[in-house]
Amino acid sequence: MITAGIDMGAKNIKVVLLQDGKVLAKSLVRGGFDTRESAEQCFREALNQAGIKEEDVSVVVSSGAGRKDAPYQKGTITEVSAASKAVLHLHPSARTVIDVGAEEGRAIRCDENGKVIDFAINEKCAAGAGAFTESMARALEVELEEFGALSLQSSADIPMNAQCAVFAESEVVSLVHAGTSKQDIARAVHDAIASRIVSLVRKVGFTPDVVLIGGVSNNVGFVDALNRGLETRVTVAEDPDYMVALGAALEAQALAGNA
Amino acid sequence: MAVEYWRWKEYNWHDENLDWRGASTITAGVDVGSVSSQAAIMVDGRLYSFSNMRTGSSSPDSASKAMDWALENTGMKLEDVHYVVGTGYGRVNVPFSNRAITEIACHARGGNFMYGPTVRTILDMGGQDCKAIQCDEKGKVVSFLMNDKCAAGTGRGMEVFADLLSVSIEEVGEMSLDVPQEPPPVSSTCVVFAKSEASGLLREGWPKNKVLAAYCSAMAHRVVTLLERVGVVEDFAVTGGIAKNIGVVKRLEDELKIKALKPKYDTQIAGALGAALFARALVEKERRKR
Repeated sequence: MITAGIDMGAKNIKVVLLQDGKVLAKSLVRGGFDTRESAEQCFREALNQAGIKEEDVSVVVSSGAGRKDAPYQKGTITEVSAASKAVLHLHPSARTVIDVGAEEGRAIRCDENGKVIDFAINEKCAAGAGAFTESMARALEVELEEFGALSLQSSADIPMNAQCAVFAESEVVSLVHAGTSKQDIARAVHDAIASRIVSLVRKVGFTPDVVLIGGVSNNVGFVDALNRGLETRVTVAEDPDYMVALGAALEAQALAGNA
Repeated sequence: MAVEYWRWKEYNWHDENLDWRGASTITAGVDVGSVSSQAAIMVDGRLYSFSNMRTGSSSPDSASKAMDWALENTGMKLEDVHYVVGTGYGRVNVPFSNRAITEIACHARGGNFMYGPTVRTILDMGGQDCKAIQCDEKGKVVSFLMNDKCAAGTGRGMEVFADLLSVSIEEVGEMSLDVPQEPPPVSSTCVVFAKSEASGLLREGWPKNKVLAAYCSAMAHRVVTLLERVGVVEDFAVTGGIAKNIGVVKRLEDELKIKALKPKYDTQIAGALGAALFARALVEKERRKR
């Protein structure tokens, strides 16, 4: 039986096709003007990848900020539940999940069954999410993909006073004028975003193993800063962008099983 | 040449009918903020001149530039000024100042001068912070609350929006009031998220005025929550750059159900004015000692 999960994220839409607990295909599409259309495109790409047709998919569940608008869905699941499900599926020893996306940061504590015990979300402030690194990379005129690696080239500890992404942009401009190297500024930025996530994690308390998911996990500078901030080594999930979609697909599997 | 919509006009002014030569007390206040800087010169208790400009990357340079500009075409030199007080985020970087005084105190004092002794609550919406100040009839601070962590409700937030919509920041207020019906405010208090939200609204076909109305509405609401934590006692007045944005001020008044006092002075000079007034008090105190 094949199920699908659609994650209607704030920036990217992800689809995961699942068959008997194994991932058949996954695709990612940048959410455009019409997110429903982007989701349909993403779904079709996943079907192509798996070499199957729409009729072959039994149940579709959606998650993410725009989950109610997802096409094909027969049910929805919150990102927090989806994240826990997916992580426990792949990392049975995980007890804390950190999910950092484009516009939200989440810290989740769960039990051995993937059931959520406690969680904390930052959805009000861009400085605790991917939007922050994006605007800082722009301010430094560095490609987002290289921004993380750039920060690792620094060993300086320059504090950033601004807690707000908008103010931080002005602060970065001042630092550039003062002659601070891009590497040092990059590191300060990554430390700043990591510290927001660390306070989220401290709110729920963390228990090993700690697994990191979400698009921002692809940023090696962020992972390094997070490890230093938490004084631990988090496990970065493979294909971290797709975990919530995977969780939705797993939920779809459970729904189909109960039908 | 690319148009910079967020760039508001910089200017200076002086009173051509006032002859400062022979004045008893000439003092100056310099307010170096993170976004803008002002210098104000007072002659025997009257506002003589002021300048209003963007703070660059160097605070000491900004202070000097602001001061030079306030002196421009007056025939007055820095040496003619008896006492200078620096204030604002860059107050320790005013190299020619005799003393630094906190911006809260200066804003209350300046607001009291600008609006009169009946003012009891001053809302300063500055470049990167928002202050709600309660003061007494002499302009002394009774209590205050400040938000300097978040761009929502600050000038920088408004600059970002003006830029996004390609609307000159000086026109934002009027345009936002030119709507047939008040739209719901943008749901996010965060400027970064409000920007994404606004882009979505534009794509849905919302006219610029409506988007500006939604943003000004959200900003006003954000600021009201700050004000309510300090408590609003009439008379109420607004200072800072955003005080010039009638889109935000009117919505503030509507939500508070209180009318703000009408400004007779440039609202951005409150800090510098207050500093100049403190300078005057300090000069007179020194003279009494002798």
